[in-house]
Amino acid sequence: MDGLRKILREPVLAATIGVIAVSLFLFVIYPLFKVFQMSVVEDGRFTLHVYGDLLSKAFERRPLYNSLLLGTLVALAGTAVGYLFAFAIARADVPWKRFFRVLATFPIISPPFVLSLAAILLLGRKGFITRMLFQGQWDPHIYGLRGLILVETIAFFPTAFLIMLGVLQAIDPALEESSLNLGATRWQVFRTVTLPLSIPGLASSLLVLFVESLADFGNPIILSGNFHVLSVQAYLHITGMVDFSGGAALAVILLLPTLVAFLLQKYWVSRKSYVTVTGKPSPGRLSVDPFTRRLLTVLCLGVSGLILLFYGTVVFGSFVTLWGADYTLTVKHYVSVFLIGGRYLRDTVILASLATPITGILGMIIAFLVVRKQFVGKGLMDLTSMLTFAVPGTVVGIGYILAFNERPLLLTGTAAIIVLLFIFRNVPVGIRAGVAALQQIDPAIEEAATNLGAGSGRTFATITLPLITPAFFSGLAYSFVRCMTAISAVIFVVSGRWNLITIAILGLVENADLSQAAAFSLVLIAIVLLALGLIQVGVGRVATSQMGYEAAG
Amino acid sequence: MSNAVRLERLCKVFEGRGGTGSVVAVDDVSLEVKDGSLVTLLGPSGCGKTTVLRMIAGFEAPTEGEVFIGDERITALPANKRRTSMVFQSYGLFPHMTVFDNVGYGLRIRKVPAPEIRARVRSMLELVGLAGTEGRLPSQLSGGQQQRVALARALITEPRVLLFDEPLSNLDAKLRVQMRLEIRRLQQRLQITSVYVTHDQDEAMTLSDQVVVMHQGRIQQVGTPQEIYSRPRTLFVADFIGKANFLAGTVRHVEGGRADVEIAQGRVQVPAEGFRPGDMVWLLLRPEAIGLAPAGAGRWQGRIAAATYLGSEIFYEVMVGGQTLLVKVGHPQGATPLGASDPVGVAFDEGSLHLVPREGTA
Ligand SMILES: Nc1ncnc2c1ncn2[C@@H]1O[C@H](COP(=O)(O)OP(=O)(O)OP(=O)(O)O)[C@@H](O)[C@H]1O
Ligand SMILES: [Mg+2]
Repeated sequence: MDGLRKILREPVLAATIGVIAVSLFLFVIYPLFKVFQMSVVEDGRFTLHVYGDLLSKAFERRPLYNSLLLGTLVALAGTAVGYLFAFAIARADVPWKRFFRVLATFPIISPPFVLSLAAILLLGRKGFITRMLFQGQWDPHIYGLRGLILVETIAFFPTAFLIMLGVLQAIDPALEESSLNLGATRWQVFRTVTLPLSIPGLASSLLVLFVESLADFGNPIILSGNFHVLSVQAYLHITGMVDFSGGAALAVILLLPTLVAFLLQKYWVSRKSYVTVTGKPSPGRLSVDPFTRRLLTVLCLGVSGLILLFYGTVVFGSFVTLWGADYTLTVKHYVSVFLIGGRYLRDTVILASLATPITGILGMIIAFLVVRKQFVGKGLMDLTSMLTFAVPGTVVGIGYILAFNERPLLLTGTAAIIVLLFIFRNVPVGIRAGVAALQQIDPAIEEAATNLGAGSGRTFATITLPLITPAFFSGLAYSFVRCMTAISAVIFVVSGRWNLITIAILGLVENADLSQAAAFSLVLIAIVLLALGLIQVGVGRVATSQMGYEAAG
Repeated sequence: MSNAVRLERLCKVFEGRGGTGSVVAVDDVSLEVKDGSLVTLLGPSGCGKTTVLRMIAGFEAPTEGEVFIGDERITALPANKRRTSMVFQSYGLFPHMTVFDNVGYGLRIRKVPAPEIRARVRSMLELVGLAGTEGRLPSQLSGGQQQRVALARALITEPRVLLFDEPLSNLDAKLRVQMRLEIRRLQQRLQITSVYVTHDQDEAMTLSDQVVVMHQGRIQQVGTPQEIYSRPRTLFVADFIGKANFLAGTVRHVEGGRADVEIAQGRVQVPAEGFRPGDMVWLLLRPEAIGLAPAGAGRWQGRIAAATYLGSEIFYEVMVGGQTLLVKVGHPQGATPLGASDPVGVAFDEGSLHLVPREGTA
């Protein structure tokens, strides 16, 4: 009550909270509600028969089973590779650390399906390895589970890497040294101290990667073949069969395990982490024996080689006349990027540039409200704004077409729907950056300003905002990257008038115009790098690592 | 088997990464720690204390020099085979293990049978006054209790040498005093060779058999706490340990263990060894060795410049011949302290004076 009265005394604050609450409801909750409603209401009556149809026959249950299987395997493989990388860099003192770090963060800023494209270029039916090295004698079967595990592991292990790097670096060196000191061998140190202390991080990483894999759309739509997964099936139900209730039901089925994993991660695993450092940490770090170091170096080189091979193939592919048939070099695909693709590029950059600053500001305001203010429904606001992070893009996309296709909220076909989607899907990035920054600022500074007579709005603008600017810009950078590379949700809301480059690339891949798709992808990556570079120059430093932590949820 | 620690001409150079230049952290350190004694390494931050300790533990390899325990050369022995136990400033307790598992860790690693582990952990916890906390996690203990667990864990494996790296600096002042007495008591009872790093001189003074004062990677002086305090060998040691007044002077005459030193205020006779006429020196006068006398009496005449009242005692700054002397006097209850610009006499016993070499020109 007291809180309420305090807020009513500050009309600007009250209005801000109101506007944000309404927008969160409209653009986060309402679309999800529509998906749910579509899946259980038929001719105005409640029914579960859509779910019955989808879950009764073994054949129909395949996508659920497949998605869970893929998610589990990718979570395991990605976490293993990520931990290996993190351990090698944080403990084994391997050479070329910077190089490994950069490579391991690169997949975060590239559109995910680029890896699928590379997989096809290398291992597909006309693939370089399949044709040139094996003369077609060996079919690696990349369309399906195998290919997906490969590309999704490469695409998502960076998240695991960044989580585990953070965990390993936070372990007080004195712990491992104590263990060694008390007689443990290097292996026993790892088994009894390092590994147990990594477990909360590993659990977190497994859950996050599981969610990322389940929500992935760009890779499976290219590479899943007959291995049907939920995200793609939901999309096909809606765009192919125009079966809205079936698509919506699949979306809900996709949402459930994702939400469970998200909530487990947020409310259970994150509580289990050990905060250990209490004093001045030791100056040194326990390293490993030369043999282990060499082994880890070789493994890191192997993974890095694979990443380089994949991206290198895309670069090469973009300069080849006709992949699989005519390998003469040409720049014609780049010419067409700007001739036929100019519109896509323009639309993408315009929409992303519109959405990014709004996302950043909205994120900061919500962060400020959540960290510093007391008001009714605060916890709900926090949870809701974080929700879009956990909800797979496919679900959100379906929600948007269901929610905004009639008056008074007729938005389909407009630029607004794409921008709104961008904003509300990425706002958690901005919030997380803001919360992290705000928690470092002593509230006393703000209280001092308030004592001097500044209102909430003024305090925010003159005191808080300047202090959180760096976090603000790294939030901006990351949400811009996410806009530029988004596909799973926006594929439902693009239109003839407003289209995006990622969707265009997907079309090219489907038409087997691989080199053209490669050229598009590289131009996209170049724009992203350029934008990151600009922001970095602007702020001095954009922490790629921080972006990763945010991605890590 | 003797567990004396011997360091022979130990050097440690940290190579700078990417051309940042290298740091000489430890420079030609030779030292003997007698079996069963406690030696503190004392010095300002960055003087190389921790690095010496870590070379004894085996966490860092010396760039040059050798480390011995008893007659065994352990320079190349891996840390886990040295049987040294370190107590860290951050305690280094395993947060995922109970107190019992923390203390028993070293025994489990050595595959000691479980019943024996139980018995030994129990008696060790009793020794450090923590009986009954077996089932708790480190996070459920206070700072002082955590420190005791760390001590118990280090002691239980019966190490040949116990190493401490500023183990008390995370505790509040009162607990620190109590814990250092306890550490000393345990160390003497178990007769365990110990090397103790600190930058707190009170700690070093109360704990040690021998104090090693270090500066910029080098040993400045080794001696008992009394020796270090009353007969420092360098200006650095004299200045680092306690408070002191330094008066620039020149030796004029030496005879029978005494030197005639000329200073701005006149001539004094000082107990001195190894000085020759013409040597430039600093004359060291501890504030508590100076007394105040009524104006006109005493050795020198001066005026009070400032007074700092500290309850049972008072620090005066006295201007004597253009130089400020710090004087510490006991302050009896009820007496009126002297005020600024009051004239006073300054008295001291020449036997309490001490000389250290002075470099450069007077
Ligand atoms: N692993 C390392 N790499 C590079 N330089 C180091 C390393 N460890 C210590 N040094 C440097 O060696 C010097 C001595 O460090 P050391 O930690 O031994 O000092 P210390 O006397 O323990 O200081 P403090 O009282 O602050 O703990 C310092 O200049 C430090 O920066
Ligand atoms: Mg130190």
